[in-house]
Amino acid sequence: MEFLIQILNGIQYGLLLFLLASGLTLIFGIMGVINLAHGSFYMVGAYLAYWLARETGSLWLALPIGVVISIAIGVLLESALIRRLYQRDHLYQVLLTFGLILIFEELRSILFGNDVHGVPIPPALNFSIPLTETLSYPVYRLFISGVCLALAAALYFVIQKTRIGMMVRAGNSNREMAQVLGVNIPLLYTLVFAFGVALAAFAGMIAAPVSSVFPGMGNQILIICFVVVVIGGIGSIKGAMVAALLIGIADTLGKVLLPEYSGMAVYLLMAAVLIWRPQGLFQAT
Amino acid sequence: MREPPNITRVLLLLGLASLALFPLTGSTFYIQLLTKIMIMAIFAMSLDLIVGYTGLVSLGHSAFFGFAGYVLALTAPRYEAVSLWLTLPVSMAATGILALAIGVLVLRTAGIYFIMVTLAFAQMLYYLFHDTKLGGGSDGIYLHARPSLAIGDISLLNLANHAHFYYLVLAFLLAVYFLLRQVLASPFGRVLVGIKANEARVRALGFQVFNYKLGAFVLAGALAGLAGYLAACQFGFVNPEILSWHYSGVVLMMLILGGMGRLYGAVIGAFAFVLVQELFSYQDIFGEYAKRWQLAMGGFIVLVVLLLPRGLADLMERAGRRPESESANG
Repeated sequence: MEFLIQILNGIQYGLLLFLLASGLTLIFGIMGVINLAHGSFYMVGAYLAYWLARETGSLWLALPIGVVISIAIGVLLESALIRRLYQRDHLYQVLLTFGLILIFEELRSILFGNDVHGVPIPPALNFSIPLTETLSYPVYRLFISGVCLALAAALYFVIQKTRIGMMVRAGNSNREMAQVLGVNIPLLYTLVFAFGVALAAFAGMIAAPVSSVFPGMGNQILIICFVVVVIGGIGSIKGAMVAALLIGIADTLGKVLLPEYSGMAVYLLMAAVLIWRPQGLFQAT
Repeated sequence: MREPPNITRVLLLLGLASLALFPLTGSTFYIQLLTKIMIMAIFAMSLDLIVGYTGLVSLGHSAFFGFAGYVLALTAPRYEAVSLWLTLPVSMAATGILALAIGVLVLRTAGIYFIMVTLAFAQMLYYLFHDTKLGGGSDGIYLHARPSLAIGDISLLNLANHAHFYYLVLAFLLAVYFLLRQVLASPFGRVLVGIKANEARVRALGFQVFNYKLGAFVLAGALAGLAGYLAACQFGFVNPEILSWHYSGVVLMMLILGGMGRLYGAVIGAFAFVLVQELFSYQDIFGEYAKRWQLAMGGFIVLVVLLLPRGLADLMERAGRRPESESANG
């Protein structure tokens, strides 16, 4: 039974990673931009949840307001800075977004200080399902998994079945051709970037009650997301899903079985995949 | 190997002369600061070999810097000075072997993948030393005695003396610069430059591109190990933070700020970066905001990327070539 709990935790963590990694992989795949600041958006989301839940008294109110704010941040950043990087070497993308990380971290420290803060679980979900006499599973974690799955399904539907998804896929496979055929590429890029930011921030918001909010939380998860993208294959949403679940479960089980080496487990997994398939498990779709 | 233009050459020689004379002022704080900068300059030059010349953007270079420090700390007996002649080659060789093992894996990838994978391997090493007892966990290890530099029983330099250590680092800085110049002027170095310019063509000419890249990666790793070894000597301790990816980002930034593909650009960048950082955290100027120097540093990095992507060395070259176009620094 305890094993089941760990598996459920692993899946929940994996699904959360998927939300982050899907935005990251879309930005890589479609815009060709490597965004180190993606972890900072996760942190921004978590702190928004903390701040808005405190001010409004409800996480349910905090979520939509936070999403709107994070979309605004995304649009602003893309049009002010990221846009200037499309034609530039990856090197400059790395450095500029590295600079953004420093700015976000310091702003966080100025606005919220360096303490760890908790975010209360909404009362409606603050109970556990008993599994045995002594073990139970918190409903809020199931809620996280459910929301992530619903978002993943929605993402799949939008990309595969709708007109805007078609434009995204067209932009992904051939930017110039799509532009010639009348797709407004600059607008599309702004949307994709803002959407990626919103996904990362949303992941931070719903994770906040479980993980609490703390300095450096974005950097920690950023590199795990890179591993997810590398294993899944750049630009592939399907790959991001498979890799995120793989990493989520490997990391959670690693923490239980070999606590000292769990930090390394995901990287060993990545090394193994690299030897086998240097381009990741899936091609971009 | 691009030769520095005359004006840069004069400035570099002036800079070298002032570096050579600086310890005469006897200011311990600045001697230590300059030592730290020169160590970072060695680190940045090693990165230039793979980023600036071979075109491989690595975001995991701190792995080699930190690993060499750990090798020194783990091989040195606790309270006894070890010989530099012994520990330095051991540290650099071990780091070179690590670079070989990582290089074989990461060089299977290119572009964005390469950036992320180098970062991930550095992070793996970080966790190895952070989470396990191997290197003292997150507290790291203290080096209670500095390595000794002696021939027979005659001590050449006392490395605990700040000025002595300063001159040792300066000598290494020059040695690495001239070593890399030789390497880059050799047929091996010409192939590396060719790989950056057009990899497919170099391959078509019959070169085993992978082996050349791996050679550059290992050499860069071993030289980063030299920098890491010296840093461990200077600070007297190692902890997992020297392996963190922030360090990799910072050294990459130094390289771009100075101007990559020049070697001396890396040196200029290391000086400029650390001095700007010191400036932002200088309380007499920024008062309350000095504590928030990271914010200014982040803004500075963003501005450099947008306004000065070719770096300071390029700015100097243009100023030297066409004095009237000094303001055109795009």
